[in-house]
Amino acid sequence: MTSALIEARGLVKHYGDFVAVDDISFDIREGECFGVLGPNGAGKTTTIRMITATSPVTAGNLRVAGLDVAEEPRKVKAVLGVVPQDDNLDPDLLVRQNLEVYARYFGLSRDEVRQRIDEALELFQLDDRATSNVDDLSGGMQRRLTIARALVNNPQVLILDEPTTGLDPQARHLVWQQLRLLKSRGVTMLLTTHYMEEATHLCDRLVIMHRGKILVEGRPHDLIAEVAGPQVLELRLPSPERDALLAEFPQGDGFSVEQVEDLTYVFGGGPASAMAAERVGDPHRAHLRPGNMEDVFLLLTGRGLLD
Amino acid sequence: MTAFALTPDVSFGAYRVWQRNRDATLRNWKTEFLGIAIEPFAIILALGLALGQFVELDSGEKYVEFLAPGLLALFPMFAATFECAWGSYVRLEMQGTYESIIATPISVDDVITGEILWGTTRALVNGSYILLVSFILNPWLHMVDSPWAILAVPVGVLPGLLFSSISICFASIARAMSHFAYFFNLVINPLFWFGGAFFPFDAMPRWVQILGWFMPLKHVVDIYRGLITGNLEWSMLGSLAWLAVVTVFFYVLAVKLMRRRLIH
Repeated sequence: MTSALIEARGLVKHYGDFVAVDDISFDIREGECFGVLGPNGAGKTTTIRMITATSPVTAGNLRVAGLDVAEEPRKVKAVLGVVPQDDNLDPDLLVRQNLEVYARYFGLSRDEVRQRIDEALELFQLDDRATSNVDDLSGGMQRRLTIARALVNNPQVLILDEPTTGLDPQARHLVWQQLRLLKSRGVTMLLTTHYMEEATHLCDRLVIMHRGKILVEGRPHDLIAEVAGPQVLELRLPSPERDALLAEFPQGDGFSVEQVEDLTYVFGGGPASAMAAERVGDPHRAHLRPGNMEDVFLLLTGRGLLD
Repeated sequence: MTAFALTPDVSFGAYRVWQRNRDATLRNWKTEFLGIAIEPFAIILALGLALGQFVELDSGEKYVEFLAPGLLALFPMFAATFECAWGSYVRLEMQGTYESIIATPISVDDVITGEILWGTTRALVNGSYILLVSFILNPWLHMVDSPWAILAVPVGVLPGLLFSSISICFASIARAMSHFAYFFNLVINPLFWFGGAFFPFDAMPRWVQILGWFMPLKHVVDIYRGLITGNLEWSMLGSLAWLAVVTVFFYVLAVKLMRRRLIH
């Protein structure tokens, strides 16, 4: 037995010649929110499909709640709650029926889950839509119902595959608020996303995946401090002017410069960055801001188009 | 590895899937019921009575009498086929219903078995109703000659399972709704017209009779004809065995194809 709820060791997934997941290892501990960040095609969803026993592992070891996923897929799925990337609510059933029928798939009777369903509908602000058609719900409501559905079996781990993709900002913030509430109640979560803000807000620890590999693992703020530094200077200046400004930076001080189109990023510039911003005096042309997850992500995965 | 096991991995979960389909259908029971209710009356009126006036059979029986076992075989076949070809494809591809179910302790094999059992249920409901209508109209139309006819209900389980399984096989390889035109035109249409429901096979050339042997519907019609007329023959057991073997084959194929589609 292990203290980790999900334990992956040397996990590999091939589709023919294509390597979707390339030898990754991680642990997800009880009560934490673990994030998997990465651009499209990084292997996030494939990893989730392997954990939920809907994609056979090519090589490596994968255990959920101490159970081998390949050997005990039914038991593994019984302790998971899955929120897929695309809502797959049952449009042939009403809102409340969606939860009841889903509970039945876990062998739970309507009586057993009546109270849990009432609570879930209330928590996700769907109690007045219990007898609505699923198709009549807004995108945000459908997402919330999908999360409520994933909680119907009282899972040990809630798995969320890009839970807020395609939602408008209000709906996204509502989902975040509800996920934070679940987290405060001790629900263990595995979350994939390509919204850096989402990862920073919700995740205790995260990994960044790229081309099937894990590039880095850590706590969001540690990663920002280590990779991007506390402050980032953004310059939008013609090259001669920019070069003159950068020449003022103390050489060999470990700062790095990234050029993206007409925008120059200076990482780890320290006091020199603040002085440069002050010297230009125009926040549109020289902007000093705190480092963020987006910087970490872009520095590690490169800035080229990834698709 | 479960995904590649040779024997189907079926549990009580199959019944959960069956329940899901029952609940979804009962939500629209009025529409569903209307279709089932009208169908046999329309076809008996149009084919049996109207067309039947112009048909003279060697055996001397009325066309509507000849037609009865065929209708009993055809309409349940349609019920199972619509449910497990179009219906299953919608649940598989457009609604993501299978994907959502296999994220729970229910296996792909459970899902497919539940779908096939539901298709069979629809076929049984449909067949029972047609038989009931035939009994009700019997004083005027004499479609049923023997109490053995009641056995057509339990026997109907076999073609229900068979046509549901064949349909699931097709749904599992279809990539678009339009692909069902192939299924309808190449499988269901020939079965409809050449399955021995509308004309006696005995009068056909030898090669048509040989071809007919490979038609599952012909065996179903033969069994029903024996039960409805009361002329029980040993060959009916042969037809039953034929159906059983083919049903097992298509069931296992359906499970395997759907695993390939969903687990990758």
